[in-house]
Amino acid sequence: MRRKFSSILSWGYFIAIYTFIFLPVVVLVLFSFQDGNLPIPPFNGFTLKWYVEVFADEKLTAALINSLSVAFFSSTVACLLGFLAAYGLARYRLPATAFQRVLLTAPLTVSYLIIALGLLVLFNWIGVRLSLWTVGIGHVVINLPLCFAIIYASMGDHQKNIERAARDLGANSLQVMVLVTAPMLMPSIMAAFFLSLTFSWDEFIIAFLLSRFDVTLPVEIWSLLRSGLTPKTNAIGSVVFLMSAVLLVLLEIFVFRGRSKHDG
Amino acid sequence: MTASLKLQNITQKFGNFTAIDNISLDIDAGEFIVLLGPSGCGKSTLLSIIGGFLTPSSGTVLIDDKDMTLVQPSIRPTTTMFQDYALFPHMTLRDNVAFGLRMRSMGRADRATKALEFLDMVGLKASATSKPHELSGGQRQRVALARALAVNPDLLLLDEPLGALDMRLRRQMQDELKAIQKDIGTTFIHVTHDQEEAMAIADRIVVMNTGVIEDFGKPTDIYMKPRSQFAAGFMGEVNFIPGQLIAEQDDEYDVETAFGVLRLSSRAFTAGTPNVGDKTILCIRPEQFHLTADDTSKQFLCKAEIVDGAFFGTHFRCQLKTANAPDLLLIAHLSQSTSLRAGDNMDLHINPQDLIALPTDPLSS
Repeated sequence: MRRKFSSILSWGYFIAIYTFIFLPVVVLVLFSFQDGNLPIPPFNGFTLKWYVEVFADEKLTAALINSLSVAFFSSTVACLLGFLAAYGLARYRLPATAFQRVLLTAPLTVSYLIIALGLLVLFNWIGVRLSLWTVGIGHVVINLPLCFAIIYASMGDHQKNIERAARDLGANSLQVMVLVTAPMLMPSIMAAFFLSLTFSWDEFIIAFLLSRFDVTLPVEIWSLLRSGLTPKTNAIGSVVFLMSAVLLVLLEIFVFRGRSKHDG
Repeated sequence: MTASLKLQNITQKFGNFTAIDNISLDIDAGEFIVLLGPSGCGKSTLLSIIGGFLTPSSGTVLIDDKDMTLVQPSIRPTTTMFQDYALFPHMTLRDNVAFGLRMRSMGRADRATKALEFLDMVGLKASATSKPHELSGGQRQRVALARALAVNPDLLLLDEPLGALDMRLRRQMQDELKAIQKDIGTTFIHVTHDQEEAMAIADRIVVMNTGVIEDFGKPTDIYMKPRSQFAAGFMGEVNFIPGQLIAEQDDEYDVETAFGVLRLSSRAFTAGTPNVGDKTILCIRPEQFHLTADDTSKQFLCKAEIVDGAFFGTHFRCQLKTANAPDLLLIAHLSQSTSLRAGDNMDLHINPQDLIALPTDPLSS
């Protein structure tokens, strides 16, 4: 009896917590199929016309492509710089290593708003015009600490010996890094890359403050929202969510594969 | 290929700690050398210096009579087989073995052929497209060997390569290593703390302790005619009997011990002949005690009583007490067929030719 009770309780908790997390998303996705002009109950029927409208909207599709470009560009740069920083700090004797580590990861604790404001002031000061490039730079600033932390954490002494072996067999420093270290750390580099992609893809504040004429998808959605809620905003929101989910699955695959390989 | 190695007055300091203390060593081309010693004796440090991973604080490393002290590992004619194998986890076995050839700019097809040859040599040709994580410890070991040999080094350095393998596999790999070394003729320098492994594979053994060489020679010489108490004790069980040189006459030396005066020839003094009146330590291996004087070479040493004994398969190991030296517990390895129990008495005989006399070691006395 008692066992049954506790089992019911734990199932109840299970359902409650996942409802809490996912109900907003479910509602969003559900009303993107709404046959009507308002994304609110009651649900009138099923239609794909809002999705058709989303992909027919040139501004939205342009913003979607902008978002993808910024995400890929900024994540690639953040990963590359993060890897180089991690490699340097883990493999060479540098002055004030601990302090440099803190300095590199510190931006993680600063709010995006502050980072965006700082960059805005800086760009104005040195006369750089706002564009998708400045958004990309902003995203590198927020993702670099993350990439560094993930990649640095995966560099161990075991790999040090493997790098030694490569050097022993005739590889120079660049060859060791490109042919041995980077491929060996690929699981964590990919994890850092996909995590950066999702962060950049969803990011609003920096993209809003540092862009001018060409904007990313979250900024475009925001300006859409100003003219009122329609199931179209739900549809584009669902597209954004789907994309994030795909990236998360890719991340999971790479991290999971990386782990099982290390165990073997 | 193969080359000789000369170390001249190598010293390695880490801060105030001296890891290698003025070591000089001469190794011929094609030898299988084992650096043997307890952990912390400096043997791995010495190997790192030979491989170029460490630049010694002072001294010279000559390979094939060319000064290599400051030459980077990547261009030294040496390769190292690491204890944890250090295989490239993201590459197939073939690419692992071909890596050194790739660094030497050999073409893709040529290096693949060569890599397969070396994988074949270690019996892993069939797994050429596997990744290291699919292999067992012993197989990874073989790949590491093939990878190190594929670049045709003059010197192969092996850093406790068999340490992680179980006993049976270790014996098997020892035989294989020795056979491969004899076959290709490359100079092997192998680090281990296992004296049985050292005796099984080495042409010559370097016994090291606290950064210095205690003894250097053929396994039989180091076991039978050690030149220091440390070397004698590290190579296997040994009894140390303190004594004093009391007379010298015609290449014969009388040493007074608790078991009476023993007459030794000058050959017994492996670390140089002392002066009359000097203290000395006589060494005798446990298997050199005999219960009977079955021929004239043996002589009676003393009466002894068994304190404790255990059967070890190849021998009975007994702890013996004697009236002559009540403080000294002798260890004897007696034949399997002896049936003795604690409390039994026996006569011990020795062949004086087996005795080795060493200077007293200030550390262990």
